[in-house]
Amino acid sequence: MADALLTPVTDDDGAPFWEYAAQGELRIQACANPDCGELRFPPRPCCPHCQSFDSEWRRMSGRGRIWSYVVPHPPLLPAYAAQAPYNAIVVELADAPRIRLVGNLVTRADAPLDSVDPAKIRIGAKVQAVFAEVEGVVVPRWTLERP
Amino acid sequence: MAGLKDATAIVGIGQTAFAKQLPESERTLACRAILAALDDAGIAPSEVDGFASYTMEETDEVEVAKAIGAGDVTFFSKVGYGGGGSCATVAHLAAAVATGQASVGVAWRSRKRGSGPRPWKNTTVQLPTPAQWTRPFGLLRPADEIGMLARRYMHEYGATRDHLFNVALACRNRANQNPDAIMYERPMTREMYMNSRWISEPLCLFDNCLETDGALACVIVSAERARDCRQKPVYVHSAAQGLPAQHHGMVNYWNDDPLTGPAWTAARHLWKNADLTPEDVDVAQIYDAFTPLIPLSLEGYGFCGRGEGAAFTEGGALEIGGRLPINTGGGGLSEAYVHGFNLINEGVKQLRGTSTAQVPNAASCLVTAGEGVPTSALLLRAP
Ligand SMILES: [Zn+2]
Repeated sequence: MADALLTPVTDDDGAPFWEYAAQGELRIQACANPDCGELRFPPRPCCPHCQSFDSEWRRMSGRGRIWSYVVPHPPLLPAYAAQAPYNAIVVELADAPRIRLVGNLVTRADAPLDSVDPAKIRIGAKVQAVFAEVEGVVVPRWTLERP
Repeated sequence: MAGLKDATAIVGIGQTAFAKQLPESERTLACRAILAALDDAGIAPSEVDGFASYTMEETDEVEVAKAIGAGDVTFFSKVGYGGGGSCATVAHLAAAVATGQASVGVAWRSRKRGSGPRPWKNTTVQLPTPAQWTRPFGLLRPADEIGMLARRYMHEYGATRDHLFNVALACRNRANQNPDAIMYERPMTREMYMNSRWISEPLCLFDNCLETDGALACVIVSAERARDCRQKPVYVHSAAQGLPAQHHGMVNYWNDDPLTGPAWTAARHLWKNADLTPEDVDVAQIYDAFTPLIPLSLEGYGFCGRGEGAAFTEGGALEIGGRLPINTGGGGLSEAYVHGFNLINEGVKQLRGTSTAQVPNAASCLVTAGEGVPTSALLLRAP
C-alpha cells in the first residue's frame, strides 16, 4: 500500500461526492431549502447561509478554469515521487466560480499525473472533468479544453 | 477590553541549542528550556502554577510539571492548529495571570522535526485539513498547500520569485549575525536561491523553513510582579487569535477570498485593543514557515494594502535599518523552525536590547503565529 496513490478517506458528508463520481458524475452539495439553494464545498452537515440540514447533490457541467497550480517535487510519498514532477491544480467551476476543486491536469482520463508538460499549464485555462479509476476508486481528473 | 493591556509581562526566556539532530528527547529538551527561562526570570520552579503549550507537542504539562518540580498547577491550556498556536500560549497565560487564575505561567515548545519523522508522511493520522479533497491528488505537504496560494498571489498581484527571495535573504542575513542560528555564518546569494532545487513550484528549497530539533520557553507574570524580576520586563500589550468565517485551514481555497487568511482576523482584534498602530511597530517577528507567508502577513497586519505585500519587501525594507526589520534572529527560515516559538523569544530580546541584530531603541514588536491556519499574534512593548 505504501507505494500506491492515496485514495479518499471519506466521511458521511463527503461520501455522496465519491458515489456520484463512480457513476461519472460531478455533483456538488447544495442547500435544499427552496429559499436558499446555496452550493457548498467541502460537503458539511448544514448550510452556513440558512442553517438548513436539508441538502441535495446538484449535477455540474464539469467545465471549469484553472485557479492555481503547483508542481510538487520529491521528497514525496513513493507513488507520487514516481510520477514527480507532476501537477496539482485548483479548478473553479464554470457553473459556480466560488466552488473550487483540487485535482490533476492530465492528457486523458487514465494518463499519469505528469502527462501534461508543466509549461502548458496556465491560470485561467479552460478545463473539463473526466473520471479515472485509481486503486479501485473513481476520482475526477481534468483535461485542457484546448490542449 | 482594557483588562489585558500591559497587565502582564514576559520576564524570562530560555532555549536549548538548535540543530538538525540533538541526542536528547523532546521531554528533556522541554525541561531544559523551561528551567533556563525560570532561571532567566529569577523565579523558582516551585512557583510555577500555569502552563500553556500547543498541539503537536509531545510533552504534556503533567510530565513537565513533575519533572521541573512545579507547585500545584491551577491553569493549563493547549492551543490547536500547530504553528498557529505559538502566540496564543502567551495570550492564554496572560489572560490567566491577569484574572488571577495563575501567578507564574510557563509556555513552551519542544520539537524534534530535524531528526524525527515528517508529519505528512503518516497518511493515516487525521490532519487538520479536509484531506479527502486534497491528498489523493498529490497535494501532500504544507509546502504544496501554501505553494498553491503563492502561485495565485503571484498571478493576481505581480509578485515574483525575487520578492520571495527578499524575504528569504532578510531572514538569512539576520541568522548570519546570530551564533545560535542554524544558518550562522552561512550566507546566501540570489544565485544560490534561484538555482536551488524545487520543492513545490513556485516554491524552492529556500522558501521552506528548516527542519530543526530544539526547545524554547518563556515565563509570564503580572506587570506588578515583573518589577521584582531579574530582567527588564517585556509587556504583553495586546494579543489576539484568529479563525476567520468559512476558513478551511492551510487549504483555504474554498473561502470566498482565499488570499485573506487568518492574519486579517487576528490583526483586527490585535489593533483594536492596542494603543499602537502598524506605523508604531519598530520590529516584527512574522511566522515564516514559507516565504509567501510574509507578504500575506504584511497585508493582513496592516503594514501595507491588499496586494502590496510583495512590493513592500523591495529596497531592503525587511533588513535592519529598513522600514520594518523582520525575524531578527533568522526566523523559521534560517534560525530554527520550532513552530514559531523562537519568534516570541526574539521579540523579547529586541525589547530588552539584547538581540544579535538589535534594532536601535526598539520599543514595540509584533510577533505572529502560523498564517494559513487558525492563528494568533502578540504586540509586545518595552517599559
Ligand atoms: Zn441554505
